[in-house]
Amino acid sequence: MSVTIEPAEERRLTGEDVVRLADASVRFGSRVLWRDLTLSVPHGEFIAVLGPNGAGKTTLLKVLLGLQPLSGGSVLVEGKPPHGGSSHVGYVPQQRAFDRDLPVRGRDLVEFGLDGHRFGLPLLTGQTRRRVDEAIRAVDATAFANAPVGTLSGGEKQRLRIAQALLGDPSVLLCDEPLVSLDIAQQLAVMRLIDERRRTAGTTVVFVTHDINPVLPYVDRVLYLAGGNWAVGRPDDVITTERLSALYGMQVDVARIGDRVIVVSDGGGPTCHHGTDTGSCEERR
Amino acid sequence: MTLLDYLQLPFAQNALMAATLVAITCGLIGPFVITRNMGFAVHGTSELAFTGAAAGLLIANDAVTGAFVGSLVVAGLIGLLDGQERERGSMIGVILAAGLGLGVLLLSFYHGFVTAATNILFGDIFGVSAEQLLLLSGMAVIVIIAMTVIYRPLLFASVDPEVATARGVPSRLLGVAFLFVLALTVAGAAQVVGTLLVLSLAITPAAAAQRLSTSPLGVAVLSIVFALVSADAGLLLSLQFPTVKPSVFVSGLSFFIYVAARLASPAFANRRRRSLAAEAAAE
Repeated sequence: MSVTIEPAEERRLTGEDVVRLADASVRFGSRVLWRDLTLSVPHGEFIAVLGPNGAGKTTLLKVLLGLQPLSGGSVLVEGKPPHGGSSHVGYVPQQRAFDRDLPVRGRDLVEFGLDGHRFGLPLLTGQTRRRVDEAIRAVDATAFANAPVGTLSGGEKQRLRIAQALLGDPSVLLCDEPLVSLDIAQQLAVMRLIDERRRTAGTTVVFVTHDINPVLPYVDRVLYLAGGNWAVGRPDDVITTERLSALYGMQVDVARIGDRVIVVSDGGGPTCHHGTDTGSCEERR
Repeated sequence: MTLLDYLQLPFAQNALMAATLVAITCGLIGPFVITRNMGFAVHGTSELAFTGAAAGLLIANDAVTGAFVGSLVVAGLIGLLDGQERERGSMIGVILAAGLGLGVLLLSFYHGFVTAATNILFGDIFGVSAEQLLLLSGMAVIVIIAMTVIYRPLLFASVDPEVATARGVPSRLLGVAFLFVLALTVAGAAQVVGTLLVLSLAITPAAAAQRLSTSPLGVAVLSIVFALVSADAGLLLSLQFPTVKPSVFVSGLSFFIYVAARLASPAFANRRRRSLAAEAAAE
């Protein structure tokens, strides 16, 4: 009896990389966001992308989504150049506010993940409904899935976002600051959901964040972008006074308090408040 | 002549049929007009339909075709210049004011029937010729087909633009497509209620529907039903009372439905909360 193996499954078994960037650069006019970025992310890896505002973290996600062309080098997602709407990729954005009277329920938001991009009338078949229900159950959101999205808390919305992103059964999950303006318990719940998916389905996670601390227990590697340069490696190897000072081209100190990491610049005041919930992360010159 | 006698006449049947199609298109686009915050775009487009209608009257004695051309031109202008969301309001204001001024100028050169001008502003579907009704119906059918095709990605892009773009939805293209759909709808509605009262079909029924349903499909269905009731019942009432223009009844009915929906919505919200609480308890 022969067993058919899906291409994605085959790549996972052979250990082929899900994301591969080679000498990749992005330039806007004369401004270089980052250059010669070479990075391979295998199946099931959790990689956090760190760096100050404007360092090109979100742009990196756009490159992986196929929405931003590279100025140089190459990018492959699941062995192919990325294109918009690829089912290989799931996307979890920052939480945002919806109008309270917007006639869209939690489950409608989740259903977008399945068929929102398709043209034609939204015909809800039994199978669609089952898959949406299943995805909602998997993130423990059944209790509030029928409430209008405008009435949900940030944590509730982010759980639905994860259900939405996972409905397409992606091999890589791109997260753009999904923890912003969530309280600590909500952050933990979201992180556990993402980590569980990675462990059970081998989904690769690329996680953009300004605050490393909530994700530190889960990450395998970090990619640090600053001043057009980059560094990649285990958190303990990259987030050090020496590496970050070299990246920023100025004195940057890294302090550890218990399990938390704090990065402070020489220019007086924190360069990047790793470990606070301010959401600000300024580059000082 | 009784209402039933009127309904035997082809002109009344045709008008009713055109109004029905126009109402369906208005009910369909209404929820998107609200979600995409385009009430001002609707008003601007309909004012420019007035300019088009005035030009149509002057050139070919055909206000209906003129209205369609006028609103399509303005949709193209808004779509072309629509770089930033923030600028859209002021831009529509600029185009609206200039266009309306031009319309008034055009009308001052027109020496046909005096009522033609007020018919553009306040609508008179009974004054529309059979060929024009056919054009009106055809445009409405185009809008209904287009909305059926783009409904789902347009909803995604309207509610959740960032993720929709990440999922490969062509948000900008859909936005422009919707502008043209809206222009056709507005020009059609202008024949039934007049360019000044287009919002009574393009926004009021959808606003009422939002008070009574939280699901996109529920709102779409209710919005179409409310628009249909307002337009058709309004037309029938004006057949019964010929001294009053249909637009008076249509806008009155749609407002009445909205007020009723607002009054009913607290009861609806309470029932909804109870059923949600019961669901949560059952978990």
